[in-house]
Parts: sequence; C-alpha cells; structure tokens
Amino acid sequence: MSLTDLEADASLPAAGEVAAAGPIQGRSPWQLAWARLRRDKAAMISLVVIVLLIVMALIAPLISKWIGYAPAFGDRKLGITEDGLPVGLNGHHPLGTDRLGRDLLVRAVYGARISLIVGLVSTALATILGVVVGAMAGYFGGVVDTVLARFMDVTLSFPYLLFAIALAAAFGASTPLTIFVITFFSWASIGRIVRGQVISIKQREFVEAARSLGASNMRIIFIDVIPNLLAPLIVLATMTIPVAIVFEATLSFLGAGIDPRTPSWGNMLSDATETYQVAWWTLFVPAAFLLITTLAFNILGDAVRDALDPRSERLFAAQKAGRKKKKK
Amino acid sequence: MSQSGDALVKLEGVYKHFPIKQGIFFKKEIGRVHAVDGVDLEVRRGETLGIVGESGCGKSTLARCITGLHPITKGRILFEGQDIGNKPGKQFRRDVQMIFQDPYGSLNPRRRVGSIIGDPFDIHGTASGAERKRRVQELMELVGLNPEHYNRFPAEFSGGQRQRIGVARALALKPKLIVCDEPVSALDVSIQAQVINLLKDLQDELGLTYIFIAHDLSVVRYVSNRVAVMYLGKIGETADGEELYERPRHPYTNALLSAASVADPDAAEQRDRIVLIGDVPSPINPPSGCRFHPRCPKAQETCVGEVPELIARPGDPADHLTACHFPVEAGEHLARETAAIEQLSTEPTLPSA
Repeated sequence: MSLTDLEADASLPAAGEVAAAGPIQGRSPWQLAWARLRRDKAAMISLVVIVLLIVMALIAPLISKWIGYAPAFGDRKLGITEDGLPVGLNGHHPLGTDRLGRDLLVRAVYGARISLIVGLVSTALATILGVVVGAMAGYFGGVVDTVLARFMDVTLSFPYLLFAIALAAAFGASTPLTIFVITFFSWASIGRIVRGQVISIKQREFVEAARSLGASNMRIIFIDVIPNLLAPLIVLATMTIPVAIVFEATLSFLGAGIDPRTPSWGNMLSDATETYQVAWWTLFVPAAFLLITTLAFNILGDAVRDALDPRSERLFAAQKAGRKKKKK
Repeated sequence: MSQSGDALVKLEGVYKHFPIKQGIFFKKEIGRVHAVDGVDLEVRRGETLGIVGESGCGKSTLARCITGLHPITKGRILFEGQDIGNKPGKQFRRDVQMIFQDPYGSLNPRRRVGSIIGDPFDIHGTASGAERKRRVQELMELVGLNPEHYNRFPAEFSGGQRQRIGVARALALKPKLIVCDEPVSALDVSIQAQVINLLKDLQDELGLTYIFIAHDLSVVRYVSNRVAVMYLGKIGETADGEELYERPRHPYTNALLSAASVADPDAAEQRDRIVLIGDVPSPINPPSGCRFHPRCPKAQETCVGEVPELIARPGDPADHLTACHFPVEAGEHLARETAAIEQLSTEPTLPSA
C-alpha cells in the first residue's frame, strides 16, 4: 500500500487553481479525497446503508415498540404455529419469528446494536494498539523491533477459535470478552502494516529535518509520522470493521461470543440451525443483515482507499481505457 | 589547520562507518561502509565552506555527522570549542540547522506551511500562539514567500518555493551554522540562482556560517570562500575558493575541474579533459594508501602503501592543503599522461579482498 504518498495530489490543487478565476482556494488532501469519494456511487450507497443501520440500531427500542414485541418476548399466540413451528412473514411479524416465537425483525435490529458496538469498539481498540505497537517497532528498530515484531507474529499464529472457545469456557460468554478476543486477534495485522509504513516514512527527509531541529522521538512519531499514516489507517479500519462483525457472529454462532440470551446476529444464526429446514427465514434474516452490513463496509473501505490514493484511481482508469480499446 | 582562533566548527579525525549486517535473529557484521574515513576540517565563523565530490563520496554523511543526525564512529566534532558528542544538546540543535536536498521530501506533506516553519518555535518553546504566527510570517517574508500562504500545504508550492520554506524553517531559531546538503541540485537552473542568491543575502544580513555541499562546481565556486574536495570519505584538498580553482594540486581536483562544463564552447574544446579510468571503488573495501591511486594518472608505488597527509605542499599558501604525494605542478598536463602512466591496479589492493 502506498497510501501515504498523498503528495501525488500535487497536480490536483493546481487544476483547481486554474478553474477558479476568483480567490484561490487551497484544498487540503482530505477535502480532495472527500470530493473523490462523493463521486463514487457504490460508496455513497454503502455509506447510506451504514448510516441507516446505525440509525436503526439507535432507535431499536422504538422499532420494538412500533412492532409491539420485545426482543426476548416469545409470542405464543401469533408467533408459533399449532405444531410449534416458527411463523413466516406476516402482518404481525414482518420478518417472521424464530422457534420460540420471538420477532425476527426486532431481534435483528437489536442484533445490529451488538454487531456495530462490537465491530466499532474492537476495531478502534485494535487500531490504537496496532498503531502504538507498530509505530514503536518501526520507529525504534533494533531490539525493540525484533521483540515487538516477533510478538505480532506469535499473535497472528495463534489458533484464534480454540483460544476464544477456551476463554468463553473459562470466563463465560459475554460482550466485553468478545471485544477483547476480537481486538486481540486483529491488532497484530494492523500493527504489521503500520510498522512497515513507519519504516518507510522514517527514512523521509522531513523526519530527519524534525530530528535536526531537536524534536523528541514522541513528537516525531505523533506529529510527523502518524499523520502520514492516517490514510492507510482509515482504510484498514474500514476493512477491519466487517471482519470484526463476522468474527463476532462466528464466535456467537459457536456459543463462544455474546451471551446466548442477548439477540445478536450470530446467536440468531445459531438458533436457526434447528429450524431452517422448515422455516428458511430464521436463517435468512440474520444472514441477510450480516451480508448487507459487511458488504457495505467492504465497498466503502475499497472506495475510501481509492479516494485517498489518487494513483490507484488512475491505474483503475487506465485499466478501463485498456478494456475499451480491446473491445474496439 | 593554522588559524583556529575563530573556528566555529572543527572536525578532528571524524570517522563514520556503517556496519553491514546479515542474519535474522543474531545480526552478524559482515562488513562496513567507510562513508567518512578520517576527516579533519575547520569552518570559520562567517565563511562558506563548500564541500564537493562525486556521488557516494560521503559528503551527505559528513553533513549529517556535523548536524548530529548520525552519531560518529570515531573522532571529535567541536562546535564553538565544545565536543558535541553523540547526543547533541538543545542549544546545539538551535545553533546548527540543516537545509535538505529534496524540497519534496523534506517537508511533511500532511502539515500546513505555517506549522512546518513554526515547528522550531514549538520544539524549543520560544514562541507560541499569535507571537509564533507573527514570527513565521516574518520568516516567510524574509525568504520571499507570501505570508498569506501561511495555511497552505507544501503540495501547493513549486520546488523553489518549497526550498524557501526549508530555508525559513532553518532560519527560525537564528542559528549560527547552516549545513546545506545540496540545497539546489533538485531545482531548475533559473530557480537555483534565486535560491543561492537568497542564501547569500541571508548570510550578509544575519552573519550566518554555511557548509555548502554540492556536486556542481560552478555553484560552489560562486558561494564559497573555501572549498574542500572529498573523495571516498576523505578530504583530498582544501583551499580558498579561487586558489583551488586556479591552482588545483590534487590530481583528483584537476580531473573534477576539467570535467565541469564551461559556458564558452570554443574554450571548452581547447581545454584538456582528464578522463579517469574505472569507477569509484567501493567504500566497503576502499583502496590502500591514497584512496585515489587506482585511478590516478600520477600514481606510483608510494601511493599504494602510504596514506598521504593533508598538509600544505611546498610552494602553496599555508591554508592550501593537499593530500597527495605527488601534487600536480602548474602547467602540467595530466590528460596527456593518462595513457603513458601504467595503472597499478583498478581494484582495491587490501589483502582481505
């Protein structure tokens, strides 16, 4: 990833200057990236989907009230057939119910809360940890690097599912434990990338310039190095969120994640294993939510990367042009 | 070195070797790059010392040693009589600044110009807030930038303007010495002249001392009071600017000067070009004796075995120092002798090689 090279933007503000007849407006690299991102339709749709999901998660209690069922309430009158099977999509239960007669829409909306919280919090923690450890390893080099880099390698080579199941068995499945497990297994891959980027950035002359001015190591890391990492970090974080969400669903599905009584997409999928042969929607609803969410984050992550790295955009344009030529 | 009375910087036997390491866990040193290999040098207050030499001769490493960016392997660097050691203090960081070669790489692309130039004030806590902004804008004006461009990013400036930003940053703390590491070699020729004149004007105005590193001989001639010629980590010859250009004693200096382009095409055709044989030997395994002997048209047995001292040769002024056993006499034509003199070797003659 060569995302740090935003000075490739050098040509772009100049283009802006030519267009503006009035006062020249300098645009920061972030403004330029945002302008590029806005032109990307798929990214904008994904962004809308993500915002809707967040809104939905926030107003989950309102949705629950509007439908008329609490997430843990098993509706024995209308939610279960006479044979004791889940009911399908109908006016009372828009997305049907599960084997206990609980409303799937309400549960999915509450599940979104868990998924988003776990996804965002563990990504944030993993990013902070990865940046700190990766930056230390890359910047200081030598023994510090050897120790930290090997530690990252060890973390990455852990059998994470075994570890997670063992922890869940020892401490009991809970949300904080899930966040811990996901963070623990995500930070090292971020740390590795950060380390590589820091090693390349610290060779640049502006870091030497800061050193010759007498700047402390911490000042150089936080003021000169990390801001140059923000672009790849944003991309990495957007790409880590869906991974964390799927990770959470996997752990919950195996009973090693969120408390099984709490509605989460993984728990719902787990429940569905007993009923999906007779009631497809019990599997379909949580799976669809999971799919849409991860897809939206992934598309957005890709688009953010393109927006922050103008050269990859140009490469893409060149490929397109090449394809057109071939057609002719 | 004779008059050390007003020496601002003095280098005494400075060595900088970079170890070459191999291995994954336990790194073993398998060799060393002799980037700077025993340099004695003196920079006087208020002067400009030019350091010339071809790529890879250790000029930039020497510059980074003087500014304390590289800890030195051996020797002493005295700044105002004080040994700076390997951990230079804050005062030294204020007094010695550096201007870098690459105006694109030396400015953080993520930060606005105002905060780049204001960095020294933050780091040394000398000014903040409105005071800092005022001083940054003063500096921008001083180096010929529009102070209203305070909030722009480096990407919005041309190469020459960026180099001016670098100059402004170097001036912020009112330093005594500025080490310019090829400050103009990345710029267009017309811009080069502007930046060089800016540096000269600032020197007159602020009483600065420069160490000016370049491989462009005419630029060095224009800015420098004294010139040192470097070859493979060692100083070959130092003298007052005009003296060195008019009466070069070291064969390498002669070759270097003969290779410089001359504006007059007729004159260019007339003069002798000394074409050296082979490439610069590897600094990992430098030649014995005189570093230049494998390529020197005047080399003899002595040159292979004995390292020539950097001293004033008979007939030279006291501060014209040459590290050569057989310095070039006036009127001697090296170019014609190139073929006549047998090359002793073009490879390093160290026994371990």
